Amino acid sequence: MGRAKLPRKSTSIDMTAMCDVAFLLLSFFILTTKFKPAEAIAVTTPNSVAAKVAPDKDFVMIIIDKDGKVFLSMDDENKKEFIANALNNTKNLGINVQAFKKANFFGAPLSSIASFVSLPEDQRKGGNLPGIPVKDTANNELMTWMRLVNEAYQGNKAPNLLMKGDNLSKYPSFKAVIDAFKKNDFLKFQMVTNPEAVPVGTDLWKANQSGEKRAE
Amino acid sequence: MAEMDTSGGGGHKKGPGVKKGKKLSTRVDLTPMVDLGFLLITFFIFTTTMSQPTAMRLFLPKDADKPEDQNKAKESGVITVLLGKDNNVFYYEGQLDNSASNFKSSNFKDIRGVLMDKKSRTNEKDLVVIIKPSKECTYRNVIDILDEMSINVLKKYALVDILDIEEQLIAKSEQNAGGAN
Repeated sequence: MGRAKLPRKSTSIDMTAMCDVAFLLLSFFILTTKFKPAEAIAVTTPNSVAAKVAPDKDFVMIIIDKDGKVFLSMDDENKKEFIANALNNTKNLGINVQAFKKANFFGAPLSSIASFVSLPEDQRKGGNLPGIPVKDTANNELMTWMRLVNEAYQGNKAPNLLMKGDNLSKYPSFKAVIDAFKKNDFLKFQMVTNPEAVPVGTDLWKANQSGEKRAE
Repeated sequence: MAEMDTSGGGGHKKGPGVKKGKKLSTRVDLTPMVDLGFLLITFFIFTTTMSQPTAMRLFLPKDADKPEDQNKAKESGVITVLLGKDNNVFYYEGQLDNSASNFKSSNFKDIRGVLMDKKSRTNEKDLVVIIKPSKECTYRNVIDILDEMSINVLKKYALVDILDIEEQLIAKSEQNAGGAN
């Protein structure tokens, strides 16, 4: 009896199914990716072991850049409108409320905030902005800003107070910001950092290993 | 013409110059497309997971104006950490004595060991870490030391303004260290 002849099989595989899966995943990731908006102020944040994700809604963020200049950014346009009106009423600054509402962040002394918000968006960036003056303890303008924020959120849920500082900024700016917070009874805030692994062998690592819930 | 149209004679005839279209396979090689797809997938996977910033919480105490309202700490349980410029760290336990003999120099690598050692020697209720950042230290240093608090699970710590004498001591030790190099 002669051996049965095995049929020669083709080595090419049907790629269609794999291709379908690949592109399904691809479209999923493209749609879920949120690209960081181009930031006008370049800030490199430090690392920490904190595990909580920074909130991206309903925030009031204080940004400290590498030269120690302070900027304020918030997302709620109604609150911004309130602040603009309050500034116009009390200090007579003549701010264009619509422009103020559209501005992503503020970084100028109160006296020149009107011209700051009237600048076109693309010119409002880089290291040439003055920042909110905080260094002078007697005239820390961030205190005024925080007071207005406090008033704007009166009766509402308190905003997520965030602080985003650059690695290289010096401590006095940080201190000035903390002082402004304290003066307005904002005693709870969060600092934006990049995640980092917990070093092996430390107490926190042991606590995580034994499944204890972390006190945030 | 070398070829002749031999199809059925009954139907309509094509002109002599027109060839019958060759039947092409509809199968396309999908391999490059799959390659590209997976390349993009890997790209998007990496970019999505990497750019999620985290937030570190900090609760500030309310300023106590009167000395009797302030929190008291046992001297034996206190360790003071001072942050100097160029990532230098200094520390002392208890109170700074007059000759500053307990004022020690350290760095961000060794401070963990120092804190762990202090923690193992002290009653947990009494242990308080006082952090005094100088004018020269960076925001990163402050975050690093606060992070060190959570890494070592130190519950009680305070950010306190630096005293002039401590500032001078830091300047002096930094000068000495600079001279030694």
